[in-house]
Amino acid sequence: MPSATLIGQSVLSGVFIGALYGLLGLGLSLSWGMLRQVNLAHFALAFLGGYLTFQLAARLDPFVTLAITVPLFFLAGVGLHWFLSRFAPDMLNTLLVTFGLTTIIEAAIQWIWTADFQRMESAYGAMRWKVGAFYIPFPEAATLLLAMTLCGAMWALLRFTDFGRAARAMTEDPAMAAAFGVNEKRLGYVISGLAAAFAAVAGMCLALTHTLAPVQIYAWMGVVFAAVMIGGLGSAIGPLAAGILIGVSEALTMALTAPTWAPLVSFSLLIAIILFRPARF
Amino acid sequence: MRAAGGFVLFGLALGAIPFLGLPAFYETFLYLLLHAVVLATSWNILSGYSGYFSFGHGAFFGTGVYVTAALVAQYNWSFLATLPLAAGAAAALGLLLGAVVFRVRALRGELFALLTLAITFVLATIMLNKVDGGPGIQVMTDIPKLAPTASGALYLLMLAIALITVWSAYAVFYSRFGTGLFAIHDDEDVAEVMGVPTYRFKLAAFCLSCALAGLAGGIHAVFVSYVTVAETFSIALAVNVVLMSALGGTRHWLGPAIGAIVITALLYGFTAGQAPVLGRALVGVILIAVIVLMPEGILGKVLKHWRRKSATRPSSGTEPELVRAPSPNSEPILVVRGVSKSFKGVHALTEASFEVHRGEILGLVGPNGSGKSTFINVVSGHYPADGGSLVFEGAELIGRPAHRIARAGIARTYQVPRPFAHLSVLDNVALPPMFGRVTMDRASAEAEAWRWLEFTGLAGKAHVRPAELNLHQRKFLELARALASRPKLLFLDEVLSGLTPTEMDEAIRLVRAIREQGATIVFVEHVMRAVMELTDRIIVLTYGKPIAAGLPRDVMRDPQVIDAYLGGVHA
Repeated sequence: MPSATLIGQSVLSGVFIGALYGLLGLGLSLSWGMLRQVNLAHFALAFLGGYLTFQLAARLDPFVTLAITVPLFFLAGVGLHWFLSRFAPDMLNTLLVTFGLTTIIEAAIQWIWTADFQRMESAYGAMRWKVGAFYIPFPEAATLLLAMTLCGAMWALLRFTDFGRAARAMTEDPAMAAAFGVNEKRLGYVISGLAAAFAAVAGMCLALTHTLAPVQIYAWMGVVFAAVMIGGLGSAIGPLAAGILIGVSEALTMALTAPTWAPLVSFSLLIAIILFRPARF
Repeated sequence: MRAAGGFVLFGLALGAIPFLGLPAFYETFLYLLLHAVVLATSWNILSGYSGYFSFGHGAFFGTGVYVTAALVAQYNWSFLATLPLAAGAAAALGLLLGAVVFRVRALRGELFALLTLAITFVLATIMLNKVDGGPGIQVMTDIPKLAPTASGALYLLMLAIALITVWSAYAVFYSRFGTGLFAIHDDEDVAEVMGVPTYRFKLAAFCLSCALAGLAGGIHAVFVSYVTVAETFSIALAVNVVLMSALGGTRHWLGPAIGAIVITALLYGFTAGQAPVLGRALVGVILIAVIVLMPEGILGKVLKHWRRKSATRPSSGTEPELVRAPSPNSEPILVVRGVSKSFKGVHALTEASFEVHRGEILGLVGPNGSGKSTFINVVSGHYPADGGSLVFEGAELIGRPAHRIARAGIARTYQVPRPFAHLSVLDNVALPPMFGRVTMDRASAEAEAWRWLEFTGLAGKAHVRPAELNLHQRKFLELARALASRPKLLFLDEVLSGLTPTEMDEAIRLVRAIREQGATIVFVEHVMRAVMELTDRIIVLTYGKPIAAGLPRDVMRDPQVIDAYLGGVHA
C-alpha cells in the first residue's frame, strides 16, 4: 500500500490532468451539443496549437502566444463550421470528415516538426511550490486556473446573456429558435469559433505540461470523449467536473496498480455511460 | 451458380501466382491487398449493410492476431490449428458485445462508433497487461508448405480467406438476411414491425464480420512475425477500413474490395516512394472528398446507371388472387382487454377494452390525442404496453417482439409514410413477404411485390427510390407494403389525410378491394365521409378509452360522441 503522501500527490496530479481533459472537452462539448458536430479534429487543432506555442515560444512568453493563436484558431473554427454545415449534414459524416481532417493535420505536424517528441523549454517548466508535503508545479496549476476560468466564463455566458439564451434555444430546437428570430447561422459560426479558440488555449497548456508528438493526438480522444459524455453535451462546466473525476480515478489506478492500466478507467466509464444512458446524447 | 463458378475461376487464377516463380515482392504486395480486402469486406457486412458503423474492427482483428500469436509462441501450437480459435475468439467477443449493445435501443450511428472505438482501447489495455507483457510477441512457426515459398503460402491462405469473405458478402447481399440488414440501415423500427428479426440479424452480421476479421488476424500474426499492441490495435486500421468501404461503396458487396485495393496500392506507392506522411495526408483528403462528393462510393456511382435497366417486370402479370372474403361475423379476431399505455404520466390509453371482428372494417375514430395511433403502436409491438392483454386468434401478443407479431399476420401503415429510403419501390414492397406470415424467397417475394404494385398503380415507379414519389404515391406505397405481407389484420393509420378528393376516392376503392382479399381492417381516419362509407362498425375513443361502439349511423348520433367532438352543450 503506497503512503498517504503518494496517494495525496496522485490525487493532486489527477486534478491537474483532469483540468486539461475538461479544457479539451469544453470545445468538443459545445460543437457536439449545440452544433450537432462530432469534431474529432478538435484534438488535432489542440496539438497544432501546442506546436505553434512551442515554435513561437522561442521568442515570446508562452502566455503571450495566445494573442496570436486564439484569433487565428477562432477563424479556423469559423471556416470549419462553414465547411461542415455546407458539406457534412449528418452527425456521422461530421465525425468521418473531421477524422480525415485529423489525419491531414497530423501529417502536416509530422512534416514540419517531425514525428519525434518535442519539449518546450520555458522559464515556467521548473517553477513549483511546496505546500505541506505536496508539490504544486506552476504549469499544471496554470492549466487548472485557465480551465476553471474559461469553463466558468462560458457557463456564465450561456446562462446570463442573450447570446447564451439564443444558443440554448438553438440547442433545443434549431428550427423553432430560427422561427423566433435567432440568427442560427451567425450563432453557429461564433460557437464553432469559440470551440476552436478553446483548442488553442488547451494547446498552449499541452505544450506547457507535456512533451508533444503527432501520434499523441489519438491518445487523448477516448478520455476526453468520456469526460464530455459524462459531463453532458453542450455543458460548459460538466466536462471539467467529469474530467477531474476521471483524472483522479486514473491517477489512483496508476498509483495502486500499474500505469499501463490507466486507460481502462476512462474507456470503461465511457462504455458504461453509452450503454446505460444512451438517451442523453 | 454462375457466380459460384466465377468465384472458383477467379480464385484458381490468383492461386496460380506463387507457382510462377515471380519475385517475392509480388506475393507480399498481393498479400497486403487481400488482407485489406478481407478487413474492409468483413467490416462492411455489419457496418455497411446495416448502418452500424464500427470503429472497433481493429479490436476483432487484434483478437485474432493475439490468439494465434499467444498459442504459437507460448504454447507451441501449430499455426493452422490456431486459426479456428482466432476466428472463434473474435466471433465470441462480437457476440458478447452485440448481445449487450444491440439491446440498447437508442444506440445508433456515432454512439456505436464511439463505443466500438472505446472497446478497442479497453481490449488493447487488457492485452498489453495480461498477454503481451509490454515488449511484444515473437511469432516463429512452421508455415505449411502450400507453395514454393513461405510468403507464397501465406498469400494462398489469405487468398482463401478473401474468397470466403467476398463470397459471404455476396451471399448475404442477395439473401433475405441481407435485405433485412439493408432495411435496418434505413429504418430499424419499421423493419422490425415488418417482421425482420432485427436483434438476431444484427448479432449474426456482427458475429460473421468479427469471425472473418479474426481469421485474417490469425494469419497476419504469422505474416508480420512480431506483434505489438500498438501496431495491432491501431486506430489507423479501423479508420482505413471505414475509408476503403466508403470509397468503394458500402451498399454493394464488391465495393469495399475495390476501395481496399485502391487505398492499399496508393499507400504502398507512397511508402515505397519514401513519402509515407504524404500518403497519410492524401488518405485524409480522399476521406473528406468521398464523403462530400461521392457519398455512394465508386461502385454506387457506377451501378446507379445500370440498376434501372437490369431488373425487369416478370411477363406473367397476374391479378392478385381473390380469396373468398368472409362476411363479417361476430367472431373476434382480436380481443383487447384493459390495455394501458402512458408516457411520463400522460395516459394515452387507459384500460381500453374492445373487440375486432373477423372480416369487418372497423372504424377507430376520436379527437386528436385520443389514443388511436398509440393503440396501433402497441398492437404492432412498437411500444410495449403498460398492462392488459391483446389476444390475436387465441394467442397473447403482449410481450412478443414486433417481428413475431408481424409474422402472426398483423400489418400496419404509418400516418406519415416511412419507406426504406435507400431501397427501390419494388424492394420496399418485396420486403414484407420475405419476412411475413409466409416467408418467401426473393424471387417469389418480388413476383408478389409486382402484383401489389399493379394493384396500387405503382408498377411504373417500381425501380425508383421512394424520395421520387409524391405524397399520394407514398401513401399507396405504404398500402402496397402492408398488403404484400398478406395480413389477416391490417391497421390503416390515416391513409387518406393529405389526399385530394379524387385520390381519396381511389384510396377508398383500394381499401374495399383489400377487404375483398380476406383481410380484417382497422381503419383510423378523420375523414368522416370515408368512415361512414367504408366501415361496418365504429369505435369512438376519447382520452384513451372507448366511449361508444356500434353501427356508424347510430354511433355518430350518440350524445356522448357529439360531446367529445364538439364540446359540451352549454345552455
